[in-house]
Amino acid sequence: MSIWVNKSTKVIVQGITGSAGAFHAQQMLEYGTKIVAGVTPGKGGQKFEGKTPIFNSVHEAVKETGANASVIYVPAPFAADAILEGVDAGLDLVVCITEGIPVLDMVKVRRAMQGKRTRLIGPNCPGIITPDECKIGIMPASIHKRGNVGVISRSGTLTYEAVFQLTNLGMGQSTCVGIGGDPINGTDFIDVLKAFNDDPETQAVVMIGEIGGTAEEDAAAYVKANMKKPVVGFIAGSTAPEGRRMGHAGAIISGGKGTADEKIRAFEAAGIAIAPTPAEIGITMKSVYKG
Amino acid sequence: MKVHEYQAKDILRKYGVVTLQSKVCFTLDDVVSAADELGYPCVVKAQVHAGGRGKGGGVKLAKNRDEAATHGRNILGMMLKTPQTGPEGQKVNCVLVEQGCQIDRELYLGMVIDREKNGVCVMASTEGGMDIEEVAAHTPEKILKEWADPVTGLMPFQARKLAYDLHVSDDVAKKIVKCLLGLYNAFVATDSSLLEINPLVITKGGDVVALDAKLNFDDNALFRQAKLVEMRDPAQEDPREVVAQHHGLSYIALDGNIGCMVNGAGLAMATMDIIKYCGGEPANFLDVGGSATQERVTEALKIILQDQAVKAVMINVFGGIAKCDVIAQGVVEAVKELGLHVPLIVRLEGTNVTAGKEILKKSGLAIIPADDLLDAAKKAVAAAK
Repeated sequence: MSIWVNKSTKVIVQGITGSAGAFHAQQMLEYGTKIVAGVTPGKGGQKFEGKTPIFNSVHEAVKETGANASVIYVPAPFAADAILEGVDAGLDLVVCITEGIPVLDMVKVRRAMQGKRTRLIGPNCPGIITPDECKIGIMPASIHKRGNVGVISRSGTLTYEAVFQLTNLGMGQSTCVGIGGDPINGTDFIDVLKAFNDDPETQAVVMIGEIGGTAEEDAAAYVKANMKKPVVGFIAGSTAPEGRRMGHAGAIISGGKGTADEKIRAFEAAGIAIAPTPAEIGITMKSVYKG
Repeated sequence: MKVHEYQAKDILRKYGVVTLQSKVCFTLDDVVSAADELGYPCVVKAQVHAGGRGKGGGVKLAKNRDEAATHGRNILGMMLKTPQTGPEGQKVNCVLVEQGCQIDRELYLGMVIDREKNGVCVMASTEGGMDIEEVAAHTPEKILKEWADPVTGLMPFQARKLAYDLHVSDDVAKKIVKCLLGLYNAFVATDSSLLEINPLVITKGGDVVALDAKLNFDDNALFRQAKLVEMRDPAQEDPREVVAQHHGLSYIALDGNIGCMVNGAGLAMATMDIIKYCGGEPANFLDVGGSATQERVTEALKIILQDQAVKAVMINVFGGIAKCDVIAQGVVEAVKELGLHVPLIVRLEGTNVTAGKEILKKSGLAIIPADDLLDAAKKAVAAAK
């Protein structure tokens, strides 16, 4: 088992003819992800790399290929539209890699998704990977190893850092989920924690948060009340100044709220083992999980 | 992106928000003639991208022409220090000369995007003119809140609820409702991330007037807000940050002496954290982006190396989409162009790491390689001392 994606997940690439879409579609195909179709309006009927069919719409792609997931590489001004196209086509999962989507667009998207069956991961995220089965996103495949640690993070490269440390210490991953660095996103920490809690293959969890908002505090409360598996945590941004947006749209301390200290305290109160530095995420996991 | 008070008021007036007569002035002559035109008493207000201007001496009442001239002379060109500007202050290049008014009550109105509730949170308070963060911390019950549904926008009943809960007369309540609905429309139309009217005053004559106005815009939405982009005042921003932005880099200047260049925002923050943990102080936050190109790396390193405070530079790259060999080449180019006058510690990992390390080695540059993140931070801290 694993969560949300596995070897039978059939994936559409929205924006497959753009430079990022094409590059990563190729990478995902090489990894073994079942990329069954691409979508670029106006390029329907063409083939990607001579093999993968391209359609004008997600609906058509779903109808023709039976796809149940999509990954979005379209530019930010068009990304909200692309997400809702995937939702309207009834996909189980939409993963949005695109960075820089206007916040008010995401507010509308979230509202429009209420009551719909689709799970959105992202935007502004590295994607989701179940090692050796399915990679949907932009993460470097080589650092991952199949195993029993679930990873959740708001950051991209910091996740790679954590995964790299785990793999080097012999601890593989069940599924790694990047929930993204935007203030409004589709899937939050708690959604992923619940899924890991219910997944028999996942035996421990790494949760990487950062300054801004209260998602980490909420996640800590969930862990305290419900989590049956050890959790290791790290919060980035202890040295970030107030009122500045630290790269991610969502990484900002405002009005004294959303500081790393508050989040670390909430993690500690929930019994989450804190990695003192980003270099010690792997070792900290080793200390609480002997897998 | 931030704008000045006078620009925010220009925008809000288009949405039916009432402000006092005012004129923006860049010279002393302008200040005096604007004051004469608007009549006395009037107020001379420093225009900087920071709050707390009154406390720093940037807002002054002028009862006559002499006082207007004195205030204009003192404020124009001053380095205004407020709790939000940092110790060196912010240069005042223009002032807003505004009519005076007879204040009966001071209220507060604000709007932000609420992540948890997924919508615009509209706030109102009787505690106008105060530091609203203090009010929120000590008497949160004095901040009234309504959440606008993105489908319907702020509904009149919600605005009425807020207005009546401020305990004002029916006539004033109607004006506050109109103001709130206008503010909400402005917020959405301009892709704002923060809006504050502090204070919103009720005048002795019963008018509802936005005495101050603060608007911040969502940087992600600027592609569709060309008119707002024209309002940008780079003089209010750190020049290094302006250059960085031009090159698509996310850079924030800090007070320390270890320059950092990292790919990815989370890893960049974590790198600053580990420097601090090892006893050092980061000089900046710099995210070269997930898809760092050679050119961006070169520009990034230039910005760092031009910072006189920097005593050591730490590069931390975990190659995913970004390839270590490309990063390494960018580093070599930048160093060739600028020379290397401080120790440079480089930690590379991930995609094409071997090729990247090889490029650095072959360059013959005095680069200090590091095995991992902790090793890099320790070396950087030692080198900066």
